[in-house]
Amino acid sequence: MDLTLSPEYAEFRDHVAETLKTNAHLAPGPNDKGLKHPKRLAWQAFLIKEGLTARTIPTEYGGYGAEPDILKSRIIAEEFARSGLPRPLAGQGISMLVPTLLELGTPEQKAAYIERTLKGELIWCQGYSEPGAGSDLAALRTSAVEDGDDFVINGQKIWTSTARQADMIFCLVRTDPEAKKHHGITYILFPMDIPGIEVRPLVDMTGAANFNEVFFTDVRVPKSGVVFEVNKGWQVANATLTHERGMLGDPNATKARFVELVELMKSEIFNGERLIDNPVLRDRLMALQAEVYAMQANGLRIMTSRLKRESAGIAGLIVKLQGCELNHQIAGLAIDALGELGVLYEEGEHLRAGGSWQWRYMYDLGLIIGGGTAQIQKNIISERGLGMPREPKLVRG
Amino acid sequence: MEFGLSEDQVMLQETIRRFVADEASLDTIRAIADQESGAQNVLDEKIAALGLDGLLVPEPEGGSGLGVLDAILVQECFGYGLVPSRFLANTVAAYAFGASGSELAGNIASGAAKFGLVLNDVVSRRDSSGIQVSGTSVTGKSLMAINVRDATHLLFYSDDAIHCGAPDETSVVKTIDRTREFFEVAVAGADPDAKTADVEQVFAVASVLIASDTLGAAQAMLDKAVVYASEREQFGRVIGSFQAVKHLCAEMAAKLEPCRALLWHAAHAIDENDDEAITMAYLAKAHMSDVATFIARTSTEVHGGMGFTDLVGLHYWFKRIGVNRQLFGTPMVLRERAARQQGLVA
Repeated sequence: MDLTLSPEYAEFRDHVAETLKTNAHLAPGPNDKGLKHPKRLAWQAFLIKEGLTARTIPTEYGGYGAEPDILKSRIIAEEFARSGLPRPLAGQGISMLVPTLLELGTPEQKAAYIERTLKGELIWCQGYSEPGAGSDLAALRTSAVEDGDDFVINGQKIWTSTARQADMIFCLVRTDPEAKKHHGITYILFPMDIPGIEVRPLVDMTGAANFNEVFFTDVRVPKSGVVFEVNKGWQVANATLTHERGMLGDPNATKARFVELVELMKSEIFNGERLIDNPVLRDRLMALQAEVYAMQANGLRIMTSRLKRESAGIAGLIVKLQGCELNHQIAGLAIDALGELGVLYEEGEHLRAGGSWQWRYMYDLGLIIGGGTAQIQKNIISERGLGMPREPKLVRG
Repeated sequence: MEFGLSEDQVMLQETIRRFVADEASLDTIRAIADQESGAQNVLDEKIAALGLDGLLVPEPEGGSGLGVLDAILVQECFGYGLVPSRFLANTVAAYAFGASGSELAGNIASGAAKFGLVLNDVVSRRDSSGIQVSGTSVTGKSLMAINVRDATHLLFYSDDAIHCGAPDETSVVKTIDRTREFFEVAVAGADPDAKTADVEQVFAVASVLIASDTLGAAQAMLDKAVVYASEREQFGRVIGSFQAVKHLCAEMAAKLEPCRALLWHAAHAIDENDDEAITMAYLAKAHMSDVATFIARTSTEVHGGMGFTDLVGLHYWFKRIGVNRQLFGTPMVLRERAARQQGLVA
């Protein structure tokens, strides 16, 4: 056990902190809205040039070209958090499609998409879930029928974030309806402005449309958009799903929220005393702090396993389930502590933190369901982690 | 930067794990619980041969010079196998009094000094418990002392300090856990030279050790639930294939696994004198107790009616976890102490 940084890494940390500090004026501000605002793209280009994002992606594809180093990646993330500056772009294109193309894309696909995606010039959305294919993703039915050099696509996707802003989609379609469900799926890329694509915003319980529905009617897509091979899309998708599960339980993000909650309870006055002076609320706060400590330590343990190229085992499998639940509980305590002010929303004189605790309480429930529901996570933990038997398949007929 | 156990630590834990599997079967533990003559002594002699008493004692004094992180790995194995031993008390005493050059250090390492632990008054005084020290004379009694039988020394708390004394009048306090003995105890003669003021640090060490004992016991209950659910058949299939059952096991694992990392971190923080060490130790014991209480109940339920019987013996682990939870601070008491430690209490 050694939680100190060696001189090489301590120096790297200083370098990152210094780079961010001296270039803070380049960062976009809160009013520089829009995914492709020039200041946002310029900030992204600067961060790539300095090796603060796209760090391990080869220079020929527009990355920084460094060797993978998990500890350096963590140091960069921590220094961004400390600086309070906007983080590098991290949409589904960058976090999910780029790693997939690096692994399985053709040279043409890599050349056409990776660099522009990293720079933020190309926005992607993910066409996976369907109304009839949620947890059972492989049951998807959106069809793609061969016609000359094209596929003709018909069907519907749901839970598609950034579909309204996206230039392109990476999409799972059924190319062989006769094959077993996992064997007839193809992973294909195409532009969102092809005739026959309709995007409808899907308003959720937060009141915003964080997701969309996407409808395809006779959409003609060139076969050159296929990643890897026709009918091998399930393998391609699995490569990226593992990336998503890691994203949804970051203990450092949880720690940041906990610190906000402590500040709220120290500053907010209720019946003449601070919220933190209420022993019941304080007890609940301490119970959550113990869990925050536990998830941080668990995160360090996973990182060390990765550094040693070992499996993190159960410690890794539980992160999405526990992390999302903990975030939800932190928001829940903030709302309880705020009492009647806890239900205020969107605007008003008495609103606290812009209504963000309510927003998080609702949005975090969405994250408990999305990216593999809590129930699917428990199947994974018990079957892969504890070696318990699978649910027997129903015999139809 | 490395968060994990060293090769030596993995080996230490493996050695103790094997010892517990070989020497402390459930039959042995039952014999101790039923107070069969000599059962505890035979096990004590085997444990003594492991030479663990000096684990924290510096090498010049004849000890191993290891840290609290090493000690909790041993205690976890004892919790897993329900082993009643003096290791916990001697380790806390070594931390409190075992500094280089002290006479006690050598005696703890050699096994000549056998400590009992009288720490309950740090967090809870009731039924007129409480010990007063005036010079070398000591008055009063304390409840829920551990490892007192055959002890040569007592580590006890009085007036915001940790002291060293000898056992006087003792009487057994009967609890739900028959595998370990608990005592009401009076102390004779305090040793004025062996006094350590830092109550919080000593109590933090006791907290992570008990929490690790609970971690081991909870892991044992989870393992047993998984094995049982994978063998027991109902409705023509093993019950572990029902999501209602396997999800209970997943919940136990999901709550338990982060506790392991938390305890490693808390013990390491004590070894490094980290600013957050004491806060982390108290929260670790509080959280570990809550998680283990859930596991004790849930594992029993997964075992169905058999879990409720004496036949399977699952109740010994249930009771180990139950007593550890109340011992030296319930979760609520320790969370308040952690809040105070961080200046969050007005």
